[in-house]
Amino acid sequence: MITQYLFYFLSALAITGAIFVVFTRNPVYSALALIVTFFSIAGHYFLLNSTFLAAVHIIVYSGAIMVLFLYVIMMMNLNLDEEPVKTNFAKFGAVISGCLLMLVLIVALRDAEKMSIQNNISEGLGTVNYLGQVLYKNYLLPFEVSAILFLSGMVGAVLLGKREIQ
Amino acid sequence: MNQDIIAGVPLTWYVWLSAILFAIGVTGVLYRRNAIVIFMCVELMLNAVNLLLVAFSRFHNDPGGQVFVFFIMAVAAAEVAVGLAILMMVFRNTKSTDIGFLNRLKF
Repeated sequence: MITQYLFYFLSALAITGAIFVVFTRNPVYSALALIVTFFSIAGHYFLLNSTFLAAVHIIVYSGAIMVLFLYVIMMMNLNLDEEPVKTNFAKFGAVISGCLLMLVLIVALRDAEKMSIQNNISEGLGTVNYLGQVLYKNYLLPFEVSAILFLSGMVGAVLLGKREIQ
Repeated sequence: MNQDIIAGVPLTWYVWLSAILFAIGVTGVLYRRNAIVIFMCVELMLNAVNLLLVAFSRFHNDPGGQVFVFFIMAVAAAEVAVGLAILMMVFRNTKSTDIGFLNRLKF
């Protein structure tokens, strides 16, 4: 029972944060609201007993990615509230499009109520031990490929961030 | 013990939560003009899908979904690094992060 209340609380926090990300004018406030959303999603991971992913999520998203975002926003000095806004017509269209997508998802998923829980839930599914076994046995090649992706991403970021020599 | 914890929340609730978060992310991409906030909304959509993958992995008792989420996080980190570098370059050339300036794909 307490799990359900926790789920409600974390979901409300996540959705509120997401709405704030979209509808605040100041990009810094958007980033802070996004941090709240990320932490509540990490709470959802804890609720689902996948502790390894919760830890990685907090480290990667709330730690690395959001610091990068805030750093870039502050470097550009964008916290001035003078961001150009779309016309009211375009904003209205955007909200209507989002609501239509939500409607499509509701209609598509409405009949999916029969999904049930399997009974043989194993104990340590989300732990570091179990996921490490799976990652290094069955998914070794994608792991190595992601290392190459990181290398190329790092090279690309440095190359793009470099000032051109005049 | 674990089963009691999970059994409290049906899988469909996670599906609904992910759908709502994804729809908010799409709305944000269409609503804002600041490229950084659009990036944040893309991250929001990625997170909605991640949450759904973890929930399904948990309920079907399959570690593949969680490994997949791990890879998605790795790709998202690389994507953010490169994307923000591109945004910095654009900002250096146009002095703005308005995506309205980028409609010709040249400066």
